[in-house]
Amino acid sequence: MSAITTDAAASDLAAEIDNLAGFRPRLRVRDLSVAFQTTGGLRPIVQDVSFDLYPGQCVAIVGESGSGKSVTARTVVGLTGRGARVSAGELSLHGRDVSGLSDRQWQGIRGKEVGFILQDALVSLDPLRPVGAEIAESLRLHGWGDAAARSTKVIELLTSVGVPKPELRARQRPDQLSGGLRQRALIASALALAPDVVIADEPTTALDVTVQAQVLELLEESKRRGASIILISHDLSVVAQLADHILVMKDGRVVEQGAAADLLAAPREAYTRALIAAVPSEDTRGGSLSPAGAALLEAAPPAREVHDEVVLSARDVVKHFRSSDGSVTTAVDSVSFDLHRGETLGIVGESGSGKSTTGRIALALEQADAGTVTLLGQPWSSLPEPRRRALRSRISVVSQDPLSSFDPRWNVERILVDALQRGVFPSASARAERIRELLDQVGLPHAVLRRFPLRLSGGQRQRIAIARALAEAPDIIVLDEAVSALDVTIQAQILDLLVVLQRQHGLSYLFISHDLGVIAHLSHRVLVMKDGVVVESGTPDDIFHRPQEPYTRELIASIPVFDPRPAQEQNA
Amino acid sequence: MTRTSFSETDAETGGLLGSAPPRRGRGAPRLVVGKVVSAALVLFGAATAAFFAQASLPGDRATVILNIRAGQAVARTPEELAPINAEYHLHDPLIVQYFGYLRGLVVGDLGNSYQQHRPVIAIIADQLGATIVLTLTALVFAWIIMVVWVTLTAGKGPASRAIGGFFDTVAAGLPHYWLGIILLLVFALSLGWFPVIGGTGPVGLVLPALTLAIPLAGFLGQATRTEFERALDSPFVLTARMRGMGETGIRLRHVLRHAVLPAVTLSGWALGATISGAVVVEAVFARPGIGQVLVTAVSSQDMPVVIGIVMLIAAFYVLANLLVDIAYAIIDPRLRRTS
Repeated sequence: MSAITTDAAASDLAAEIDNLAGFRPRLRVRDLSVAFQTTGGLRPIVQDVSFDLYPGQCVAIVGESGSGKSVTARTVVGLTGRGARVSAGELSLHGRDVSGLSDRQWQGIRGKEVGFILQDALVSLDPLRPVGAEIAESLRLHGWGDAAARSTKVIELLTSVGVPKPELRARQRPDQLSGGLRQRALIASALALAPDVVIADEPTTALDVTVQAQVLELLEESKRRGASIILISHDLSVVAQLADHILVMKDGRVVEQGAAADLLAAPREAYTRALIAAVPSEDTRGGSLSPAGAALLEAAPPAREVHDEVVLSARDVVKHFRSSDGSVTTAVDSVSFDLHRGETLGIVGESGSGKSTTGRIALALEQADAGTVTLLGQPWSSLPEPRRRALRSRISVVSQDPLSSFDPRWNVERILVDALQRGVFPSASARAERIRELLDQVGLPHAVLRRFPLRLSGGQRQRIAIARALAEAPDIIVLDEAVSALDVTIQAQILDLLVVLQRQHGLSYLFISHDLGVIAHLSHRVLVMKDGVVVESGTPDDIFHRPQEPYTRELIASIPVFDPRPAQEQNA
Repeated sequence: MTRTSFSETDAETGGLLGSAPPRRGRGAPRLVVGKVVSAALVLFGAATAAFFAQASLPGDRATVILNIRAGQAVARTPEELAPINAEYHLHDPLIVQYFGYLRGLVVGDLGNSYQQHRPVIAIIADQLGATIVLTLTALVFAWIIMVVWVTLTAGKGPASRAIGGFFDTVAAGLPHYWLGIILLLVFALSLGWFPVIGGTGPVGLVLPALTLAIPLAGFLGQATRTEFERALDSPFVLTARMRGMGETGIRLRHVLRHAVLPAVTLSGWALGATISGAVVVEAVFARPGIGQVLVTAVSSQDMPVVIGIVMLIAAFYVLANLLVDIAYAIIDPRLRRTS
């Protein structure tokens, strides 16, 4: 099959050869541009995107949020959205021009010829309906069989995507299924009529690694059966698993495209190199992930040996939760750990493993049912809250979604001033000076002080959240999925910033994440949690290269295999 | 989305292991018992409040009763009052009267009207049917108008949103007496489509029910429209479109179900509130109904009738809210397993 180059002539030649050989692209996109009508006039979102999708091939579109990758995918099925102006040199499916189709004609194509998989099935399947009904709907809409035949087919489809007990699962709603099962159900609904083009828009974003691995395996399988896949992701490590051909998009344009192996091994564009370098892993530890971070790390004090002093210590912490039907769940079961000065302790686990509860207990926001937590050698969890306040400033928190932790009616200045104790910063000028110092530390211009959190980008918000956590110069910061909602490139910048701040201030991090790559990149030591229990702990080297426990091995095996080293060598 | 509350994650693990039985319905009996107990408590509270409000009214009860019957306000001699006191047990201690009254309520005896000298139950029963028919018809009309209007206008761009929202607001603000008279003038007097004096037949029901329904539809529409547009933007709607579903199918099969939830909640309140609206409408259209009885009873201080109607409205509210809870659980099955 053809490797498409950006060179138009070569591409045309390749297409001609393919035609002669009988390989026609299932989908052919030439010079696709999309603009949206806004109050300020037409705003271009996608410009001059061209690619071909061949049988059994996977084309991946990679880029940050706002790069136009999702709009491109939706335009391919005629769902660009209200107020969109679409123009294309060619947009054809199975050789048939689809650029001017009516809505009704598109409805005949969607689901039948093109299947679409969105991220997290918890919101991408109707939360009020059983998943079986959603899958049957795909069949019904295209007049497949009668009701009885459809319900038999639903069971078959669920079985084919590896859902155990399909009769039971078909009657359950997405919220009654585990993340893995409901994502499989979503895929079954998209593949119900065996469409030969499948578009997967961030199909693994926000999923646990083991679920992500299952989803990628299913896509791989449908590709083997001859489906053509368009995979959209911000994460190159996911894309690398599946893609034959990669388009890198930025600001609506294709920056670079080419065969996956070539592009990953020898990226031509600086932006592609930055995307590749931004993927955190065991191999990137100690180095920078972003171009800006490299300079910062250079200027920062060198990495210090981890101090012996224990700043936070948990002993046999237990926490039970009683659910509404009276059953008791043990969220955290005999968890013990020591966090040393200047150290990053990574807690990794999947949703429901108890890692966030552990973090909340460390912060004394949640009272443990048994066990103790000591902070800087002093009692912490056992104290009543008023007596904790003297120590409160020693430990702070950054959460996944900073937006919800900001008062939306407060501007950045007020948010930061609010974090400063009046006793420590008595005068308005001292406070003003301190918040400017904090902005400098997190690399934000002073102009953001007047702005409101809603108007900031995700990365800027997370920087504000970090500035707020730093306000009282704490010894410890608990970071709970602090980079999980960010694009890979923004995540890279924040991770670099965290390393720099740690070196400058000797901070200790309790870093909680479901993302093994991030944990491997940042941690000095790692705790692996499952069902409230610490399954295994050790240095990243131990955990990632010599995992002892079956569960840890399963986790490590789920990490997308992504070896950017050739690219990095080029980079350096 | 990676962080979920623990009740959810707990269910997830159950699902992963594949051994946990589905939880729906486990809490249902407890839920029903809870609802019934709280309904009984509300009725008891209403009954108690009504009784003590009546007992604290100024003036001698027996004198008031005699004067209501005679239609004149004069002082009465003890001899005249004695049979009245005996009939209504007015010399018993208050607490005894209270328990007697509660006992009566339990067996369905609300006492006798001072004015008409016949059981309150009978007086209310005569008129209740007409009002209930009117109220329920109005609610059904309101829902039909609202669903059609919102489904046609919501989420179709700024212009239709503005028009849709404008009519919601205007409709919600229309006063019953004004709307009733306008409908009467246009459809009964000018066009002659409907009778001027309604009576109890189905044709005569249309205009009074519309009078109650139109403002209610506007009110419910405001709540539904917001939810409708939010649901239209959800990922699951995009998924349905990607399956090849058309706009109408999406609106009716997916979005509407999500969008009506707030309106269902409001309907419980609305069902009770339309009874007070019915008072005005029954007057405008000269319909029989509980409204007329209430107005007469209040103005003549016929306390047993007033209390009877208060209890009736309380019962109506309780029933309406029970129905709302049931409807809610049918529409949103996720609620069945939580409190």
